[in-house]
Amino acid sequence: MTIKSEVTPLQSSPSWKLDCNNGRNILTLSGIWLAKNNNIPTIPDGCFRHAYDNQSLYFDTSSLKQWDSSLIVFLWSIKLQAAQSNIPFDQDSLPEAACKLLSLLSEKPAPVAKRAPYHFQPLVRVGDWFIQSLSDLGKAWMVFIETLKGITSIVAGKSYMRIVDLIQYIRDAGPSALIIISIVNFLVGSILGFVGAVQLRRFAADAYVANLVGIATVREMAVVMTAIVMSGRTGGAYAARIATMQGNEEIDSLKVMGIPISQYLILPSMLSLVFTMPFLYLYGCFMGILGGLTVSIIMLNVTVIGFLQQTFGAVEFNQFIFGGVKSIAFAIFIGISSCHIGLKAGRSAADVGVAATRAVVAGIVGVIALDAIFAVIADIIGI
Amino acid sequence: MSNIAAKNPPLLSVKNLTLAYGSRVIQENINFDVKRGSIFALMGGSGCGKSTLLKSMIGLLQPKKGDYQVNGESYWAASQNRRIDIAHKFGVLFQSAALWSSMTVGENVALPLQMFTHLSDSMIHRLVELKLGLVGMEYAIDLYPSELSGGMRKRCGLARALALDPEVLFFDEPSAGLDPITSKRLDDLILNLRDGLGATIIIVSHELPSLFSIADDGLFMGSENKTPIAYGSPSYLRDHPPNEFVDDFMHRQRSDYKKQKG
Ligand SMILES: Nc1ncnc2c1ncn2[C@@H]1O[C@H](COP(=O)(O)OP(=O)(O)OP(=O)(O)O)[C@@H](O)[C@H]1O
Ligand SMILES: [Mg+2]
Repeated sequence: MTIKSEVTPLQSSPSWKLDCNNGRNILTLSGIWLAKNNNIPTIPDGCFRHAYDNQSLYFDTSSLKQWDSSLIVFLWSIKLQAAQSNIPFDQDSLPEAACKLLSLLSEKPAPVAKRAPYHFQPLVRVGDWFIQSLSDLGKAWMVFIETLKGITSIVAGKSYMRIVDLIQYIRDAGPSALIIISIVNFLVGSILGFVGAVQLRRFAADAYVANLVGIATVREMAVVMTAIVMSGRTGGAYAARIATMQGNEEIDSLKVMGIPISQYLILPSMLSLVFTMPFLYLYGCFMGILGGLTVSIIMLNVTVIGFLQQTFGAVEFNQFIFGGVKSIAFAIFIGISSCHIGLKAGRSAADVGVAATRAVVAGIVGVIALDAIFAVIADIIGI
Repeated sequence: MSNIAAKNPPLLSVKNLTLAYGSRVIQENINFDVKRGSIFALMGGSGCGKSTLLKSMIGLLQPKKGDYQVNGESYWAASQNRRIDIAHKFGVLFQSAALWSSMTVGENVALPLQMFTHLSDSMIHRLVELKLGLVGMEYAIDLYPSELSGGMRKRCGLARALALDPEVLFFDEPSAGLDPITSKRLDDLILNLRDGLGATIIIVSHELPSLFSIADDGLFMGSENKTPIAYGSPSYLRDHPPNEFVDDFMHRQRSDYKKQKG
């Protein structure tokens, strides 16, 4: 009984032949077995049906020429099938190098570890998401409380926060953000001025452009735009840094040594934003009003002095306090949420990207949602 | 699959190499040849520059001075494209395994095959299974690196290093973090790979017993004088130490820790 690979036109092509005659099982291998030629044969299932049981399988490699890993691939599948059919595999009749490699390979196919299959269950997913979000909110709140406790320990003079870290973070969050804050607020102020000028000119109410720009900038635009820029710039950076520390087991080593993460990592991040945001907000107001002023001077018949007088008349001091309070609230929110997202990130490089994206999205959505809440509160208490 | 001839020109040859990061010199005057089919050990105290030397041999760090030849061709004098071609002969296992975390283990091993060969998908799949089978990790083909232990990652990293049937394999501390049995298995694996694939192997390791049993030749670098202090196989250096430091190191005595600190 002889089984062999399909007849191949070229003599150099890889081929095999299984002879089971006279009580001996002999597999003859010939030709050039190189993976790059893309012509490595496979062995059909059950090819040892006609082989003699309990007789070793010998190899004849006298006409085998060049070979590489692809021959081992082939021999491994023979080894697996021979083991299944209880045919001893005489690898000593193979070239020595092949024999060494084959001895490393197991005789039984190992069960491949599979991950749980994915089921499409929309209700379960929505429910999971909802519960997850609630528990995240709770955890973020806990982080906030822990961090506040950190402030009391600073006051008591035994904090784990390092002042050098705080200074470094403040420098990264504050002065280095000035350029982007300037550009964004100046442009938003100009847009407000432009829209106001086009509309109000129709009622000959040119002078009121200053009121519009001033109030909109100080109450809403400067603080919201600054917070959005900071959540993209600083919040994303915090999340990515903490997620990377997670992947390097740096967070684990902090935990093991008992260094509280809330004080060592989160507190300086949050404080740096809390210290810088009110100043950035004031600076943003200045740039926004400057933008409105520039557009007004170009488009309308107003003077610099007239515009500024009108602005100071319109914007009361408590508007600045309202904006300042909002900026501190946004700073706390961005600091806590981005650090929290970084801390619960996974450990791979992709997870760092996911954490940074989440932190930015959560920051922007959260800032706008918080701003809406503030608007309602302001309406109730009449600011 | 080349046969190992007894007398052949060196595969790798390092001449008068000086390694530095910026202006900070790490090692000077390194000279050695690696014979085809041999296992060459880089030894020395922690921080003496073993990983740095390895980096320059695989093309990640240009040496400050000296020549490094692969098969008689100056590596660093070659053009960028030529260097990439030469590096296809190299397989590297990094100190931290360095598997790509966004891919499964199987995809990690398949990527070099997909990038640099024209094999059919089924052949690639069969080769991936083989390479993982050689290191005993075929069951992990669909798992992500983050789901594996440190030692399992090391073995998968080795499978990836083997993907393109490299002529030269570079191992940075392959057995660090492995249990004694797995570590012994890895030694056998390295020997079998050398004999089976005909590969030449450069290995950085502190595992003295395994170095004594597998390495044919080697080099011992000093941390203080910033230059190699001894050449020879680890077992030769153990029996004929050129100085006290090497003697202490090879016999794991305490004074070498004192010296490294001092
Ligand atoms: N990217 C780098 N920039 C500057 N110096 C470096 C850099 N990487 C390593 N070094 C320095 O080079 C020296 C050698 O480092 P290397 O990683 O090669 O040591 P090693 O011998 O592999 O040590 P180990 O056995 O601990 O892995 C060390 O003193 C280290 O401080
Ligand atoms: Mg190293």
